[in-house]
Amino acid sequence: MLGKARGLAKRSPRAIGVGGTILSEVAEFDSVGLRYGTGAEVLRDLDFRLGHGGFYFLTGPSGAGKTSLLKLLYLAQRPTRGRIRLFGEELTDAPRESLPHFRRRIGVVFQDFRLVRHLSAFDNVALPLRISGATEEQVEGPVREMLAWVGLADRASARPPTLSGGEQQRVAIARAVINRPDLLVADEPTGNVDSEMAQRLMHLFGALNRLGTTVVVATHDVGLINATPGARLIRLEHGSIVDPTGTLRNPPRPARNDA
Amino acid sequence: MLEWLFASPAQRRLLGDGRMRGPTAWVVAIMSFSIMIIAAAGLALANTASVLSNAIEARYSVEVPAGGANLGATLEALRSAPGVASAEAVPESEMRHTLERWLGPAAASADLPVPALINFDVRADANLAAIQKRVQAVAPDAQVSAHREAVGPLLQSLRVLQWVALGLVVLLTAAACAAVVLAARGALDTHRSTIEVMHGIGATDRQVTDLFQRKIAIDALIGSMVGAMAAALVLLLLATGAAFAGELTGGATLSGIDLVLLSLLPLALTVLATWVARTAVLAALRQAL
Repeated sequence: MLGKARGLAKRSPRAIGVGGTILSEVAEFDSVGLRYGTGAEVLRDLDFRLGHGGFYFLTGPSGAGKTSLLKLLYLAQRPTRGRIRLFGEELTDAPRESLPHFRRRIGVVFQDFRLVRHLSAFDNVALPLRISGATEEQVEGPVREMLAWVGLADRASARPPTLSGGEQQRVAIARAVINRPDLLVADEPTGNVDSEMAQRLMHLFGALNRLGTTVVVATHDVGLINATPGARLIRLEHGSIVDPTGTLRNPPRPARNDA
Repeated sequence: MLEWLFASPAQRRLLGDGRMRGPTAWVVAIMSFSIMIIAAAGLALANTASVLSNAIEARYSVEVPAGGANLGATLEALRSAPGVASAEAVPESEMRHTLERWLGPAAASADLPVPALINFDVRADANLAAIQKRVQAVAPDAQVSAHREAVGPLLQSLRVLQWVALGLVVLLTAAACAAVVLAARGALDTHRSTIEVMHGIGATDRQVTDLFQRKIAIDALIGSMVGAMAAALVLLLLATGAAFAGELTGGATLSGIDLVLLSLLPLALTVLATWVARTAVLAALRQAL
């Protein structure tokens, strides 16, 4: 149903790609736990790898910890225990000054879009490029192209409050992918749009994934998961990874040979 | 180093086109006005004290008793003494005129024993003991006194007032900085979502701080300049204007260096406010991951 394994390999040194191809890892979680303040752990003993170029769905009931896991992935939170490596770098205790460099390699689509309300759609999409130091000449073409790609070429100067929910979502997605991120993280990206728009957005993600971006999408939408061939499922319950289908309980494990 | 001052149109749009919310510029303007006036008063007091101090530093008086019977001889002894630059007897009419302020018409009474007084100035190498000896040889009961002893308390008061002025300048500057810190925190709260988005997509603290720093610097510069111009107008009126102002200033003046110092105050206030704002914003940003 979910297609062939493309990346997730629990407790394996290498992520597994399509047809058993060994992929380099974009993210490695080792015994990761997270708690907010002095509360109970919202994530417990997370051990998994995300392979380069993989397409992953993160599912689970409300409160399972999906958004918290995504926050760890896009470096909005540090784990309270365990180790996290992103892009081959140990980032668990990395100094905060080093984090912007890694964040620029990650595109994030927030559940509530988080567009800057007083900026036009063009400026919102251009933000990652400008933060990366691109000149206005370098910004103009790619942003126009990206807005056209998400069907908003004629809405470039509109501000978020004047855009519909679907349009805002597409602006948020355009902003997340404008930098051609190595890792795209999306939190319920289709939660506020109709099924047709959801399919269109998933096509966008798929196209980006085919260009080499690792995609992680948190969603409740089983139809969406089923409609995405080749994707893998990470299911969270009560802060831990489970797999009710059984397919991830005993994932393919290659020989421990890193050479 | 100062590239943060020259934001692109896109960078300016990030925090909106308007200036910082709140009355930052007005608060800074009021502080700048007060600081300028107090600093000018302090400098004028310093100048007055300096003029007064220089004028009395070498000046002495000899009080000749017995109605000034030995006044002429004493005056001659002083003028011929080594180290005495000049010696003049204070006319009796002038003495009576001075006493009139306290005694009224009675000061003109012939029955009033008005002491005779000689003012004399000495050179730096003068031997005061020798001069005193020479005076007392002519008028044994004559008393020599230094003017600085009489005016000392006044000079001390002027110096205390200078320190008070300096303290007020420091306090007002601190208050202006506190207002800027509050404004910076308010601006951070107002733009928290924008900052979170910027951080989330890889903006550094410096990139975020530059935006706020520039905004606050502009507000501080506008405020301090407006305050300084208002203060300059008031000082100009005091210096050249109405008669009552002449009485108030009492001859206190500002030198060219004082005017340069005063004109630098608004800029110094702007630089300080900008630095304080940058520090406050950076400290606040470091609270987040």
